[in-house]
Amino acid sequence: MNVKLKVWRQKNTQAPGEFKEYEAKDVNPNMSFLEMMDVVNNEITVKGEEPVAFDHDCREGICGMCSCVINGEPHGPEYKVATCQTYMRSFQDGETITVEPFRAKPFPVLRDLVVDRGAFDRIIQAGGFVSVSTGGAPDANALPVSKQKSDLAFDAAACIGCGACVAACKNGSAMLFVSAKVSHLALLPQGQPERYRRVKAMVDQMDKEGFGSCTNTYACEAACPKAISASNIARMNRDYAVALLLNDDMPETSGE
Amino acid sequence: MSLNSKIPPGPLAQKWSRHKSDLIKLVNPANKRKFDILVVGSGLAGASAAATLAELGYKVKCFCFQDSSRRAHSIAAQGGINAAKNYRNDGDSVTRLFNDTIKGGDFRAREANVHRLAEVSVNIIDQCVAQGVPFAREYGGLLDNRSFGGAQVSRTFYARGQTGQQLLIGAYQALSRQIGLGNVKMFPRTEMLDVVVLNGHAKGIVTRDLVSGKIESHAGDAVILATGGYGNVYNLSTYARGSNATATWRAHRKGAYFANPCYTQIHPTCIPVSGEYQSKLTLMSESLRNDGRVWVPKKKEDCGKDPRSIAEEDRDYYLERKYPSYGNLAPRDISSRAAKQVCDEGRGVGETGLGVYLDFSDAINRLGQKVVAQRYGNLFDMYHEITHENAYDIPMRIYPAIHYTMGGLWVDYNLMSNLPGLFVLGEANFSDHGANRLGASALMQGLADGYFVIPYTIGDYLATTKEGKPKTDNSEFKKAETDVADGIKRLLNTNGKRTVADFHKQLGKIMWDYAGMARTKEGLQKALQEIPALHEEFKKDLKLTGGNEEINQSLENAGRVDDFFELGQLLCLDALVREESCGGHFRSEYQTEDGEALRNDEQFAYAAAWQYNSGKTPELHKEAIVYEETKMATRSYK
Repeated sequence: MNVKLKVWRQKNTQAPGEFKEYEAKDVNPNMSFLEMMDVVNNEITVKGEEPVAFDHDCREGICGMCSCVINGEPHGPEYKVATCQTYMRSFQDGETITVEPFRAKPFPVLRDLVVDRGAFDRIIQAGGFVSVSTGGAPDANALPVSKQKSDLAFDAAACIGCGACVAACKNGSAMLFVSAKVSHLALLPQGQPERYRRVKAMVDQMDKEGFGSCTNTYACEAACPKAISASNIARMNRDYAVALLLNDDMPETSGE
Repeated sequence: MSLNSKIPPGPLAQKWSRHKSDLIKLVNPANKRKFDILVVGSGLAGASAAATLAELGYKVKCFCFQDSSRRAHSIAAQGGINAAKNYRNDGDSVTRLFNDTIKGGDFRAREANVHRLAEVSVNIIDQCVAQGVPFAREYGGLLDNRSFGGAQVSRTFYARGQTGQQLLIGAYQALSRQIGLGNVKMFPRTEMLDVVVLNGHAKGIVTRDLVSGKIESHAGDAVILATGGYGNVYNLSTYARGSNATATWRAHRKGAYFANPCYTQIHPTCIPVSGEYQSKLTLMSESLRNDGRVWVPKKKEDCGKDPRSIAEEDRDYYLERKYPSYGNLAPRDISSRAAKQVCDEGRGVGETGLGVYLDFSDAINRLGQKVVAQRYGNLFDMYHEITHENAYDIPMRIYPAIHYTMGGLWVDYNLMSNLPGLFVLGEANFSDHGANRLGASALMQGLADGYFVIPYTIGDYLATTKEGKPKTDNSEFKKAETDVADGIKRLLNTNGKRTVADFHKQLGKIMWDYAGMARTKEGLQKALQEIPALHEEFKKDLKLTGGNEEINQSLENAGRVDDFFELGQLLCLDALVREESCGGHFRSEYQTEDGEALRNDEQFAYAAAWQYNSGKTPELHKEAIVYEETKMATRSYK
């Protein structure tokens, strides 16, 4: 198959960007989207031009580094699939494919399709952890956790931190990402001692980074390559409301 | 320089406890904050080390080339992590985990290190659970386990098919906490390009900011490399595209010995190659072999048929046939070679003939599709995304691929290389897996090194060294910066015609053809001629566009591939010199009558530590692998 590409090119954060067109010929439908980009980049380089910069690493949908908006959708057309696991069989022969970076104010474009998602790291640094230092942990089976809770926590913990939720949201909200981490830890007994302190610190940092508010369109959930549920946002809002009612000395809780 | 492994005296089971309580020096808590430690890499080993050292009070800087420390390729490990908890009551113990790991490594791993690994394995699980890692649980609320290759007990803890992800997120969160507290300064999108050695001690690194291109020096009291393995020397592998050996290789060029580079692991269950454009290979977790049965048609003429139409009696379940007691759970090296063998006989399946079936129909009949989906759902989804086939309905096709490298920088029992002050953790070092790594052991080793070994052993160096704190305006730092900048200029100014990707592909093909699953003297000699020739061509004919002071991914890759040429040569040389077969290193000349690896303990029971010799033939130093309590035996999984 043959496809045309309209790719966002931008030299650096300060420079203005523009779309440029490229052609990808004799594409095998079993190629991944990024492998198609590799081939196009190789041709661009041989011509003496600078290849398209894009973030990618594991190429198996788990590291969360890849971050393209393809035909207007973060991570492209397939549901529950990251950019790197998108295959050319998802496109039509002769199609023009538009490729852009994840766009949001807190994710400045660094070059072409590469954006800076450092804001996500700073939100985790503000509170997305259990404060246990290495050593001294009790035996792993000393604390039984219900399978149901553990599975729910896992579903939230499966977030890969890619930022598609932010790119999909018309408000540039990071609520799905933040609530996934809040839920992962709030659902487990290990997360209880800091439960309210955590949600407060993370939401405060989220606001500081300039992410927008949630208006319940669920575009985030639809774009999420790991199908993180928007119900996590409701859980976060409840916990945040409780946190606001409490003082800084957050009481211990026994779970939901 | 002589190699002193510093293995403590005394009975095996007491070495580590005695070492950490009596033999190594401590740093006073108030003094810890005076020490700067540089940690390169933020995977399981790097993140756990950086977090733990910061918790202890050291001042830590941590570097990773990805945009966030959460992206390191530990995240892609699927199956699980071993620990001798004996929660199943099936007879597991530290001794049994030790024995399995030593045997799995084909008696080429260091006894004392492996025993320590088995001992701390239980602490790792406790620590991770305390962090909130959502391991699989049973309805009673306790942790679940499963079995993995090379073991006859269920000791593998797992988090669906994403164990590596959950463990890495745990370590990332511990690291993030320390960053938030100001105890760790994190440098994402930063690549280490040189180690600075002062008076024989590693005292700093030179890095390149991958966004601005800025070359910068960082001084420290110790340098820790936790930068992973070198499997991408083969180009196609299950590694992340960015995984590289530049940090370890440049340390090697500065004097750190590189040990056992020929010990590479080929994983038996990967999705087969589909075409020339392929950029990476995807692993399907070995845990699938708990319930999947591996087979090929008995008759060549059946290979093109729909597998569902091939009668039971016409199928060859070759692993069950050859290794009845371990069956489909035979260790990785053995399973991989068995797959190659049946494909070489012309009984491979799929378009290329390089594939075997992994069939779940028995498990689905026995357990129902729902249970199979619960256990492996995400893997079946992944398989479907890549191949567009439904593995609940039709058997998966799998083929071996490069997955892990057991070799790495030589380290002593304290995880310090022969360069004082340079420590190497996780896959980047050579010490714990011998010639073959068992499944679910890599996560164990990475976290053991980072959480429970380096926090003790680094103190011994810091407490006893008299080197003092270096400054980055020292001439050695300036020289290293100039060397790095010159190297980048050289790459950018080559003005040739071929792209980095093109060279990498060609290098990978040489490596796979001559130093892949089966190696011969002739093949390795050929590779040792072809690789330097290709490297010369690379130096003359590389085409790069763009400059240094910007994001330039081709430039990053060019530096990494440049190092892979040299590393590939060392790998082939090591494979050539090691005239025996052991674990992942299979020399076709040395095999038993039924095609199993034939070890030669009299001549080769040593770790080969290579010293860089600026372009000339490297010098070999041997560390004898001495087993004080284990009896070396021929591995049998029959």
